[in-house]
Amino acid sequence: MSEKKHIISMLVEDEPGVMTRISGMFARRGFNIDTITVGKTNKPGISKIVVTLIGDDSTLEQVEKQINKLVDVTKVSEMGSGIIRELCLIKIKTPNKKVKDELFDYAKVYKAKFVDVDHRSMTLEIIGVPEKIESFIEMVKAHGIIDISRTGVTAMSRGIINN
Amino acid sequence: MEAKMKGAEAIIKTLCKQGTNVTFGFPGGAVIPLFDKYLDYSDKINNILVRHEQCAAHAAEGYARASGKVGVCIATSGPGATNLVTGIMDAYMDSVPLIAFGGQVPTGLIGNDAFQETDMMGITLPITKHNFQIRDPNEIESIITKAYKLALEGRPGPIYIDLPKDIQVKEITKNKNEVKIRGFSPTVEPNTAQISRAADMMMKAEMPLILAGGGVIASNASKELKQLAEFTGIPVVTTMMGKSCFDENHPLSLGTVGMHGRKIANYATLQTDLMIAIGCRFSDRITGNLESYLEFAKLIHIDIDPAEIGKNVKADLPVVGDARRTLSSLVVALRNKKWKEKKEWKENMTVLGKKCDKCIELKAGKKIFPKEIVTEVNKLLKKGDIITTGVGQHQMFAMHYLRMGSPRTFISSGGAGTMGFGLPAAIGAKVAKPNNNVFCFDGDGSFQMTIQELETIRSHNLKIVPIIFNNSFLGMVRQWLELFHDKRYSQVHLGNEIDFVKIAKAYHLDGITVERQSELPDAVKQSINADKTMVVDVKIEEESNVLPMLPPGGHLKEAFGVCMKSPGKFV
Repeated sequence: MSEKKHIISMLVEDEPGVMTRISGMFARRGFNIDTITVGKTNKPGISKIVVTLIGDDSTLEQVEKQINKLVDVTKVSEMGSGIIRELCLIKIKTPNKKVKDELFDYAKVYKAKFVDVDHRSMTLEIIGVPEKIESFIEMVKAHGIIDISRTGVTAMSRGIINN
Repeated sequence: MEAKMKGAEAIIKTLCKQGTNVTFGFPGGAVIPLFDKYLDYSDKINNILVRHEQCAAHAAEGYARASGKVGVCIATSGPGATNLVTGIMDAYMDSVPLIAFGGQVPTGLIGNDAFQETDMMGITLPITKHNFQIRDPNEIESIITKAYKLALEGRPGPIYIDLPKDIQVKEITKNKNEVKIRGFSPTVEPNTAQISRAADMMMKAEMPLILAGGGVIASNASKELKQLAEFTGIPVVTTMMGKSCFDENHPLSLGTVGMHGRKIANYATLQTDLMIAIGCRFSDRITGNLESYLEFAKLIHIDIDPAEIGKNVKADLPVVGDARRTLSSLVVALRNKKWKEKKEWKENMTVLGKKCDKCIELKAGKKIFPKEIVTEVNKLLKKGDIITTGVGQHQMFAMHYLRMGSPRTFISSGGAGTMGFGLPAAIGAKVAKPNNNVFCFDGDGSFQMTIQELETIRSHNLKIVPIIFNNSFLGMVRQWLELFHDKRYSQVHLGNEIDFVKIAKAYHLDGITVERQSELPDAVKQSINADKTMVVDVKIEEESNVLPMLPPGGHLKEAFGVCMKSPGKFV
């Protein structure tokens, strides 16, 4: 079976150790987490965790079933066609005006925002699907990237049908 | 819980409220307040004082498996709690409802590496169904109540509860009664469409076979399984964990499958065109090579844990639900569809099943062969008598040759294969069923891992029948070395024929040595009829092998050894 990227979203009890339970289960059963994000939701005491992983369909099925067994997890869903976003902060060397101008151009195309500037560097914030972020990184790589911080993927279903 | 009550009392009261009247435990600094309360509640709850915490957990497992109730064990913080770990893991592998309490340093000291502090939440995370740390005395009742629900419902399993010392001495101010668990709602009732599909598949099959696992025992589905088997005439094989769920003297019983299963059971597995598997997880000891397992057969997999379906063996039809309800709905569905018995298949299998018993070859030898002990005990078993085992050759002999008649009577460490399980498990089983004989089959290696529990047996006046298969060898490993490692015996000779009778006597118990086959029946009877526990130390043939044996990872048809001379086309 072919391997592909899957995004799994889960609602969990907001309790100490929940992330450990989930990441521990992945590690123990040999599933590879690509990214993992967590944050509070509109429901008190409930957080949302979004995990991306690479695997075939049977891996995905096992992952979903194993997550479902965790008592602190109240809901699991695969986000096949949902809204998928990631935020990336990227600090780039800017030795001269030519580079800066180029970055301004790229930023416009990618709708990236400048969040910090000093004499030798600029930091941009870019939001989008992981592929967009990767393509941006590819574009600016040649100028010398000083640092990158990526949040990992978060996701939500479209419309209200799946809620 | 009334206000002003202290945590320790709340714990005891909640245990009693949940129907627990016995626990298995060993004290220490961090659980002094809890054990103190046993003095005040001695009319309601009793603790069996073990001699090592690991045995508290195994005894609680034995109790749970014999009774169907939750087993409870208690240890202090640090090493006390880590000693529970083997037992908790064993319960996790075999889906045993267990609640393990471990003491903990006071909440204010957690994280400081205080004396006897250990991160039991982290340690037990991968080997429990769930775990809790009680940080507020007001949560005691709610957490323990949840733990019982989690341990028993759905697929049973162990729950660990961390008990900081200060929680045990703080007063309850505002008891929380919240017992709802949002993320836990096992599917008990099977889907009717799936049941109907299962019935259709069974109608179409020519050589259907039932594989019953531990889930049949856990859900008390033996009666329903018997109904299904008798109504359909479908032969039944079991896993080791499923042993005793179906009367093994029944003509439709073909015995246990797997690495040391009966040849007829493995043969039926190779022949079948439709396996109906109930409450089993297809461990490698059952399947051998996964790719060739059920190569030409379809599989209906019934389990309350959906994650087990498709995990190891792909199912053609998954049915998620409780075994008892699923089996009874299946009988109804088949009756409605006008089931017709698969006569030829049934007859073939039952005839071969009988043959399999008759052509067991025994080599002549001076000493006793392990199989002879098992067949001797078989003759003496009364309904409801329980057998626990250690782990190793004796366990496989017991699994292969014992004929258990009623559920919850064969208690053995399956998934974990924990040596030393037999004796403490027998303690738990005896506490659960004081009126039944409890035998403990053990090897000399396995027995010595928890031998100190002879004192627990003596001090609580428990009468069990320990039978030691004494070959001065770590027999199973020796067998592997003989068969797969050119007989290079490394670290398997346990030497010097230990005198277990003397050891038993040192514990103020009795013992009897058996060296000849002719002495065996009387010795076992003597132990059964004795007033106090009498260890039967049987000197067996040192290098006998458990056969048949499927080489690890092998194709089922490779199972070699004595037991059945080429029945049918099976070679």
